[in-house]
Amino acid sequence: MNHLDELEAESVYILREAFAKLDKLAILWSLGKDSNVVLWLARKAFFGHVPFPVMHVDTEKKFPEMYAFRDRYAKEWNLNFIRELCPPLEATDPTLPKAARSAARKTLGLRDAVAKHGFNGLIAGIRRDEEAIRAKERYFSPRTADNSWDLKDQPPEFWGQYMTSFPPGTHVRVHPLLHWTEVDIWRYTKREGIPLIDLYFSRNGKRYRSLGDMDITNPIASDASTLDAIIEELETTKVAERSGRAMDHEAEDAFERLRASGYL
Amino acid sequence: MQRETHTMKIVIVGHVDHGKSTLVGRLIHDTGSLPDGKLEAIKAMSERRGMPFEWAFLMDAIQAERDQGITIDTTQIFFKTEKRPYIIIDAPGHKEFLKNMVTGAASSEAALLLIDAAEGVQEQSRRHGYLLSLLGVGQVAVLVNKMDLVGYSAERFGTVAEEYRAYLASLGVEPTCFIPISAREGDNIVRHSPHMPWYQGPGVVQALDGFTPAARPALRPLRMPVQDVYKFDQRRIIAGRIESGSLEVGDEVIFSPSNKTATIRSIESWNAGDAPQGARAGQSIGVTLTEQIFVERGDVMSHLENPPMESSVFRARIFWLGRKPLEIGKPYTIKFNTTEAVATVEAIEHVIDTQDLSTRPAERIERNGAGEVVIRTRRLLALDEAETDPATGRFVVVEDYLPVGGGLISMEGYPDQRELITVRSTNITAVGHAVTGEARIARNGHRGGVLWFTGLSGAGKSTLALALEHELFTKGYQVYVLDGDNVRTGLNANLGFTPEDRAENIRRVGEVAALFADAGFLVISSFISPYRSDRERARQAAREAFHEIYIQASLEACEARDPKGLYKRARSGEIPDFTGISSPYEPPETADLVVPTDELPEEECLAELIRYVDRSFRR
Repeated sequence: MNHLDELEAESVYILREAFAKLDKLAILWSLGKDSNVVLWLARKAFFGHVPFPVMHVDTEKKFPEMYAFRDRYAKEWNLNFIRELCPPLEATDPTLPKAARSAARKTLGLRDAVAKHGFNGLIAGIRRDEEAIRAKERYFSPRTADNSWDLKDQPPEFWGQYMTSFPPGTHVRVHPLLHWTEVDIWRYTKREGIPLIDLYFSRNGKRYRSLGDMDITNPIASDASTLDAIIEELETTKVAERSGRAMDHEAEDAFERLRASGYL
Repeated sequence: MQRETHTMKIVIVGHVDHGKSTLVGRLIHDTGSLPDGKLEAIKAMSERRGMPFEWAFLMDAIQAERDQGITIDTTQIFFKTEKRPYIIIDAPGHKEFLKNMVTGAASSEAALLLIDAAEGVQEQSRRHGYLLSLLGVGQVAVLVNKMDLVGYSAERFGTVAEEYRAYLASLGVEPTCFIPISAREGDNIVRHSPHMPWYQGPGVVQALDGFTPAARPALRPLRMPVQDVYKFDQRRIIAGRIESGSLEVGDEVIFSPSNKTATIRSIESWNAGDAPQGARAGQSIGVTLTEQIFVERGDVMSHLENPPMESSVFRARIFWLGRKPLEIGKPYTIKFNTTEAVATVEAIEHVIDTQDLSTRPAERIERNGAGEVVIRTRRLLALDEAETDPATGRFVVVEDYLPVGGGLISMEGYPDQRELITVRSTNITAVGHAVTGEARIARNGHRGGVLWFTGLSGAGKSTLALALEHELFTKGYQVYVLDGDNVRTGLNANLGFTPEDRAENIRRVGEVAALFADAGFLVISSFISPYRSDRERARQAAREAFHEIYIQASLEACEARDPKGLYKRARSGEIPDFTGISSPYEPPETADLVVPTDELPEEECLAELIRYVDRSFRR
């Protein structure tokens, strides 16, 4: 088995554990490269099917290319697709910095969606190498009844045995890509021929390395216009992946506060 | 040199303040893996806070850590050497956070264990060494740190290294190497230190590059714990990860502990080119079988040769992280392979002091303690010994939803129960009886047999079965009714209402009914049993003693009666897969007797049945 095979086998195992143990499960689809890989892995795990809903928590501020992509593949991949809207900015914590407030809409939208559908498991495509706080995550990460995450008192996780039973009213986030790196995502996308939004590719010397809301996501300087070029760029870059995501950088603890209250 | 693509997972452990975070900061900087501007940013932040710069700040990514001054959780940090990429998990040394160290170390392929040259071997140095051996981290390099504080003394290094070598030796662990370093000054990290010319061994990076990537053992016997059985389309796919060994299409396999055998028909995959003909340890796969046998999550698939052992009692070396102590007699859930079982600790043989490895008797195992116990589970498990097959020989203990401990299985002193219970199709010798069938018939005055009632819900099966039982009993028959009520709560309590579970429900009833018949009883089984194939299997179990009785009534008649209100609920969609409404009923083609309950009054039906029984079974 090569490196990508190993990563894939581990993620498939985690997805199948989630499906076996959680009866109200959904995949969170942000339309970005990572959640596309999660969807792809689900189709691998379940032999071409995605046997639970795929949910987009929509801020209505994504790039038009992202919506076009969503509508096309929700149909083409025969997904049980759910779209839920985020509440307005006024509903968020006013003490957060500006971009973090904007991102917090998604937290609230997610919280409402969980309550509405009664999900007890949400699959999300976060990775440890993206961001220092995400590095502290578990594969199966319990959330309290109000959706919050207790960073300082997480259950141990070892020997491939995950936390799959919970007190009533709580849910779990499942992170099948936790052990992948950014370049792994691109190599796998290339190997499998996974479709993606072309905003990731360079146009006029700029490309998006990470996709979020239009108003709080910035492109990076790059000439990488093919998968190979992106992979090569990542092998040498020392710039952080989420450097273009404004909410991470406004204050030292902004991202930690976002995550503790339920952000992905 | 072409860099390997496998990212090796490394854990860094050791006593608090022995320099773990400093080493990590040093490693990512000296290997050139630090993002541009990060070092400057942290230097600026230190200045802003009025603190001298520390390499450890690189690790302290979050507010809480900086405030407390100790690393809280397993953080993963990436760096690359010429040879390969690494993830380092900074496992903390603080006692309170042992569960995080366990989380980090258990997923690692190798460990760096730090000991302060001045302080020497401390409590956590030993405890971490012990846990590494228990968790199965086989490759360990011991780094004697802060050599700058002891004047780079070869003698001091020798003393510390010898003491720790002796400790590890008593655990049966042999470290890859001992390296004298100063993480703060960068001695023996990437390159050889000019301060310690007396040391000729590898530096830290060289030691890392010398570790071998961990892989699941393909040469051990096949073990694939079943994760799930999928029926998304016409295929029935058994899914799981191969923990050890390998398999090929056409292999004969056995599922334990249910002990059913089958042949692998295909290995299924999606978007992976040609259909694979083989698979090996580490792969998450799905297979279809030639025979339609009942398999469920938790079964372990192996070859017929070298199957796992089966037992409901075993020994275990346990480490305990729970807030409440481990106690004898208290029920716990254990997670083992893909199954869960209720388990009680029958005895605590002793607890182990991780400081000097001495043992003493005890009534409980306290938090962060370790010991040897005897565990009994309510049901039979298919298991291996951890010594030879770690992946299928260890379990996690759960209490109040939380993982609270881990254990390594040993079968020392306990027999493999497989030999006691398994009847293999290849070497069956039917058990003889001291009492002959003839003798039973002579005493009872009738033959044994199975009256298999089949029909729609509401057709009158139960009513007729109970009335018939009463009449026959009065007439001197040895008679007994098997129905959903007395089977579902006991024998088949583990079955639900999926098509697979229903089939298995009927299969078991058929087998039990056949045994009753063999014992001389007249059994009346009262089940909808909608599928011909299921009834055919029941017929095979009881052979000529099997009598299929079709309790016949039209769907309209049954729905009009609806004695339990079930049709109404099925029509509203409240009950899925309801026979006759949303799930098929296959009527018998050649029933031994048809009782049309929508044409004849109940007494007529009963009389018809009694006549049939007298004719067929009375001696």
